[in-house]
Amino acid sequence: MITVKKLVKRFGLKTVLRGLDFEVQEGEFVALLGPNGAGKTTFLRILATLSRPSFGEVRVAGHRLPAEAAAVRSNLGVVSHLPLLYGDLTAEENLQFYGRMYGVFELRKRIDEILELVGLTSRRRDLVRTFSRGMQQRLAIGRAILPNPEVLLFDEPHTGLDQDACDMLDGLLREVAGKGRTVVMTSHDLARVEDLASRFDVLSRGIISASSKRNEMGKNNLLDFYRKALAAAV
Amino acid sequence: MNNIQEIAEHKPTPGFFSAVGAIIWKDLSAELRSRELLSAMLVFALLVVLIFNFALELDAGTRRVATPGILWATFAFAGTLGLNRSMAVEKDRGCLDGLLLAPVDRSAIYFGKTISNLAFMLIVEAVVLPIYSVLYNTNLFNPGLIVVILLGSVGYVAVGTLLSSMAVQTRTRDVLLPILLFPVVIPILIAAVKASSGFLQGLALTDVMPYINLLIVYDVIFIAAAYMVFDFVVEE
Repeated sequence: MITVKKLVKRFGLKTVLRGLDFEVQEGEFVALLGPNGAGKTTFLRILATLSRPSFGEVRVAGHRLPAEAAAVRSNLGVVSHLPLLYGDLTAEENLQFYGRMYGVFELRKRIDEILELVGLTSRRRDLVRTFSRGMQQRLAIGRAILPNPEVLLFDEPHTGLDQDACDMLDGLLREVAGKGRTVVMTSHDLARVEDLASRFDVLSRGIISASSKRNEMGKNNLLDFYRKALAAAV
Repeated sequence: MNNIQEIAEHKPTPGFFSAVGAIIWKDLSAELRSRELLSAMLVFALLVVLIFNFALELDAGTRRVATPGILWATFAFAGTLGLNRSMAVEKDRGCLDGLLLAPVDRSAIYFGKTISNLAFMLIVEAVVLPIYSVLYNTNLFNPGLIVVILLGSVGYVAVGTLLSSMAVQTRTRDVLLPILLFPVVIPILIAAVKASSGFLQGLALTDVMPYINLLIVYDVIFIAAAYMVFDFVVEE
């Protein structure tokens, strides 16, 4: 579903990604781990068509980037630590707007389904700026899955959420990921992703320095795996 | 084949005009609620008109000569305020990324934002004109002048929307936009002031036409240029 070969990303003289190789099969849930500044967000922005690769090959849902960016975007849902929602519109109006931008069929029915799924039906006519951070993040997930994308990209979705909101978000992430979707999620929080992802990749110094499937790794071994991957990359 | 794949293979593509319409609807709905942008532009424009009125204390003859300059200075400054705010709203909550992630031709985003910004600017102008007429005792209800204001505003907003989408990505966006914008819109401001002056002084249409033509050419060139480069401007 996602194939990345020898990806390089430079900002002026600074090289952030240094020949990164990455592959995700259909239906996989990959947690992309790494320290601050490792290039996780840069990598996700390239997959999301928001940034161009300097060199290398990137394919998402069978389409090459950046040449077929529009085709990739119609198969992509993105959630970041910012909600990408308009505070002066209601929850329903935000979904209506994004639905029109994606050309979603039977939009009204789909909005009802999404609001039900994210548990915001009773708040559908409230302005988003009156929502708590957790509610905004749930609506952001609703926005991302509105056009029924094959691939979901989550960039540190737990940032700024309290414990209860994180738990609620995890439940929602499991639900949206469990429908055959391919998911790539960046995170710092190992404890959170341990139960969510089916594979763990560590991005360090601009390359994937280690990768392991959950069933290949014993329970509670993620921290150990992560530390070893970072040490090996130095 | 799973459910997601089936749906993905029959993905509808949103139409260009539908996306433009959605952005205009979104901008107008949000503004109708917050009234942040329009109120700031209006208050600023009215203050400029008032300050000029008290500072200059013009006689009837000088008033006719100074009016186009005062009007266009007011529109330009208030317009910059609106352009800055309009793009800042998109950037602050990451909504610009939300727009860029939509599977539409990115020029639809440019045209949607341009039309919304133009609507805000025209509303401000529609309020300022009658107030100016009363304060300066000058009749501004001249069809020629209205056409000039329309053409001038289109050009100003066309360039302003493009440059504000560039400036908004920087830390110094509030300062950067006027620095980028004013040198580029000098031709449009000069042509608009000259054409407005011609109509207010009752010159023949043939004397004013060169400036009107300049405004039309400027509008066409900058809209075409913005259409071509917007995709690159908004990308990192």
